[in-house]
Amino acid sequence: MTPIAAAGSASRPGGPEGGGPLLEVRDLHTLFDTPRGIVRAVDGVSIAVDRGRTLGIVGESGSGKTVLSRSVMNLLPKRAALPADGEILFEERDLRALTNKQMREYWGPQLAMVFQDPMTSLNPVVKIGRQITEALREHLDLGRKEAQVQAVDLLRSVGIPAPERRLAEYPHQLSGGMRQRVTIAIALSCSPKLLLADEPTTALDVTVQAQILDLLARQQQERHMSMVLVTHDLGVVANRTDEIAVMYAGQIVEKAPTRTLFRSMRHPYTEALMRSIPRIENPSHTRLDAIPGRPPDLAKLPVGCRFAPRCANAQPRCLEENPPLFTDDEPRHEFRCFFPVGTPAGDEARQRNARAGRTAAGIDMSTLTKASA
Amino acid sequence: MPAPEPAPNRPGRLVGADSEQATSSATSAAELQAGQFGNAAATTEPSPEPAQRRRRRKAGVLFYSCLAWLVLVVVVAITAPWLPIPGPDAIDIPNRQAPPFTAGHLLGTDGLGRDIASRLAYGARVSLIISIAAVVTGIVVGGTLGMVVGYFRGRIETVVMAAVDVILAFPALVLLLALVAFVGQSLTAITAVIAFVSIPFYARVARATTLAVSQREYVLAAGLLGARTRRILFREIMPNVILPVAAFGLIALGVVIVLEGSLAFLGLSVQAPAATWGSMIAEGRRYLDSDAHIALIPSVVMFLTVLSLNFVGDVLRSRFDVREANL
Amino acid sequence: MGGLIAKKLLTLIPVLLAVSLLTYLLLSLLPGDPALLVLGGGAASAEAIAAVRADLGLDQPLPVRYLAWLGDAVQGDLGMSYITRQEVTGAILERLPVTLELMGVSLVLALVVAVPLGVFSAYRSGGRFDRTVTGATFGLLALPNFIFALILIAAFSVGLGLFPATGWSRLSDGLGDNLRAVFLPALALSVSNIAVFTRLLRTDMIATLQEDHVLLARAKGLPTSRILFRHALRPSSFSLLTVAGLQVGTLLSGTVIIETIFALPGVGRLLFDAINSRDLLMVQGVVLLLAVTFVVVNFVVDVLYTFLDPRIRSGAARARA
Repeated sequence: MTPIAAAGSASRPGGPEGGGPLLEVRDLHTLFDTPRGIVRAVDGVSIAVDRGRTLGIVGESGSGKTVLSRSVMNLLPKRAALPADGEILFEERDLRALTNKQMREYWGPQLAMVFQDPMTSLNPVVKIGRQITEALREHLDLGRKEAQVQAVDLLRSVGIPAPERRLAEYPHQLSGGMRQRVTIAIALSCSPKLLLADEPTTALDVTVQAQILDLLARQQQERHMSMVLVTHDLGVVANRTDEIAVMYAGQIVEKAPTRTLFRSMRHPYTEALMRSIPRIENPSHTRLDAIPGRPPDLAKLPVGCRFAPRCANAQPRCLEENPPLFTDDEPRHEFRCFFPVGTPAGDEARQRNARAGRTAAGIDMSTLTKASA
Repeated sequence: MPAPEPAPNRPGRLVGADSEQATSSATSAAELQAGQFGNAAATTEPSPEPAQRRRRRKAGVLFYSCLAWLVLVVVVAITAPWLPIPGPDAIDIPNRQAPPFTAGHLLGTDGLGRDIASRLAYGARVSLIISIAAVVTGIVVGGTLGMVVGYFRGRIETVVMAAVDVILAFPALVLLLALVAFVGQSLTAITAVIAFVSIPFYARVARATTLAVSQREYVLAAGLLGARTRRILFREIMPNVILPVAAFGLIALGVVIVLEGSLAFLGLSVQAPAATWGSMIAEGRRYLDSDAHIALIPSVVMFLTVLSLNFVGDVLRSRFDVREANL
Repeated sequence: MGGLIAKKLLTLIPVLLAVSLLTYLLLSLLPGDPALLVLGGGAASAEAIAAVRADLGLDQPLPVRYLAWLGDAVQGDLGMSYITRQEVTGAILERLPVTLELMGVSLVLALVVAVPLGVFSAYRSGGRFDRTVTGATFGLLALPNFIFALILIAAFSVGLGLFPATGWSRLSDGLGDNLRAVFLPALALSVSNIAVFTRLLRTDMIATLQEDHVLLARAKGLPTSRILFRHALRPSSFSLLTVAGLQVGTLLSGTVIIETIFALPGVGRLLFDAINSRDLLMVQGVVLLLAVTFVVVNFVVDVLYTFLDPRIRSGAARARA
């Protein structure tokens, strides 16, 4: 489908260290105690990223994907989250067991992060040069001059014109796209093994988005880096990932290699997401399909399937029982649904709801089938 | 609360993916908290519920203790002449510098043998009269001024606000000292001078609130319906201005008590031998090495009173702000 | 940049003029005839009074008197005291170094105490340290400086004998003695500033620490101290600067009380003595000096702010271009 995805999945087995995946997250939970109750922002997520590969994590805002990426970075303040289950294995070492001081050795040379909004993620009163060199000097033991030379190289490699001049400038003197390039340069400065990009293009102009994504893909390939690309936009991850995990209400609802997912999605939520991507072959002004309703309150989760209240396939069972992750004949394809899309059970469930005019959750099918017709 | 209707769709994006108000407030709050480095917001308070409740109860106890102290001060000040205490100027030579709990002198006596409890009670009268009168005068004059110029705008506003700025350019106590020295040291003069110095503060608050309020629809509507100006000012605008201005009142009382105390400490408040807390502290200075209680007791009383005013004022103001936010 | 400062300077002039006018008017319109004060009471003859009035220029109309006074003041001549027969300007200049040192040391003390307290209570906000600091600063806000001064005297001079309770040693008499003399008064003067600065910095830092750029700084693997003091404190220090400028008003007021308590030969004490002896010209001169200082300090803070905050700095550059 795309060169990057194809090349990624075909030609690169594990990295030189061999063995297991670079990052493996097992049954991760992240809970916050709030006055309104316990918020289960991440609720039993397992993902793995191999060396040199890219994993996409897709979900609406409020699905817990930002908390997930910050949990993986171990950036959440220890006192903010409640102690909870799960392991974050980075090169088979559990990051959760590390102290803040030990984590500092990881942040930069092992794990790095690109944040959503480059307008806020750079310190407005510190010069750009300083913001890049301080990471270099902290981790690579470089002198002031050497660090500056390296910073110029970094800025050039992320496509910033006249990099020498930029060092002495402040963030507000750059455009949004340029600032995001700077944050990418900062993230890349210590040659991390894993780069987490949390909605790296959401805050940017549409014209700049593709450039930044291409830059990330190119850097990832050149540096043999692993990458986790978090986004709410399935279109962003379609061409640039080896594998995709779809998140909903703190859980992974479907996970598959990118091609498999696009060819045969199983979860009704994934299906609905697909329909919200605009397609070139459609006439412009075709109304894009939205998913009616909103994600559940993470402090008051329903007993059954968390997507059931918005799902066209919902059956009584879905309201009583939260489905576990199922697999089928495709390798590495998992989904959390009793009545998966494209299976006899799923088709039957949808037809039954269509006949009744409403789902088991009591949603009028006409509001949903506008989408599925 | 936002109405639960589906957000408008955007090309290639999930519903509500980038509009904060469309997502449930719970989840966005959790996402936000993920970004916290420190742990500021009460919503992320990691401690289990009981500890929080205990702290809240402790705050409640503190609030009522402060309130009780203030009531005590007011009651003692009002009833001073009928309390079973010696007169504030009665001199008991044999019992000079008596420590607290001496027979007949609950809190001891000062260097001249005057009863400290009695002088505190009469000093409270001075503090209360001056502070309440000065604050009320300041609020009435400053508030009206700010409201009127905020409503009419134009040249009068420019002139008044320029004058306000100029008065504010003087360090408050310096201006106060200079004026008191020449106006005189009667209760009225001191009250008037303190009120004068405080007018600019109230005028600023009142003007800012008026500017905001007079743009609200019901005020504009009243104007369009032909309501008389005076009616708009007093019926529509004043109720909205008076609360924010009065919210400063309690804290301002504390400020005035300290100002008066400073004047008295320098010997520039109400003339001796009238008792004031500040002058009691000043006179007690001489006995710091032998009988510290003479300065200490009025100091503690003044501190507790100002602390209580600040605390009660703060609590009331934050409650008031909540109501304001819900308007 | 220079243009911007020049423009701001132009707005400073009317403010200073207005301050001088108010100083003059307030003290001239007050009841009481200075001539009577000079003659020392009520029993003087009408001719004597008229003579003194003419001598003092009081027979001239008010605007003329103001302009004459202002003209002299601009040239540094604030007149001669009716009471002590001393040059007002000379008396002020002689005492100014004491007051400046007192205020400077007090500001430094307040910052030295408040910055670490504010930074660490923001870093551990909601924790025990933070609650203690917040409670303590709330208490300090209710503590008048003259009470704090007496506590300090009772504890450190009377009790421990570490510092002199009153009196002054010039810097030329030795640095040690000078610092011992200035320490307690400066600390007493800093009480409200410690509370105000700590609370301001805490609130500001809590907001800053939640910003993405602090998270990014953590994600770079920087040490906590560097994040707190290099990344978070800098943006917060701008509002600290502004408030410090405004607090100079409190400091100036405080010097009158503190210098009186500790018997320091400063400008504040001069004002106090002048007020007690009803020395109109001296009061006028000192009040004018203190008000002008306050206005000028805040002007300087305003200009510094533009220099220090890169966002405003380039905004100004753009606005000028």
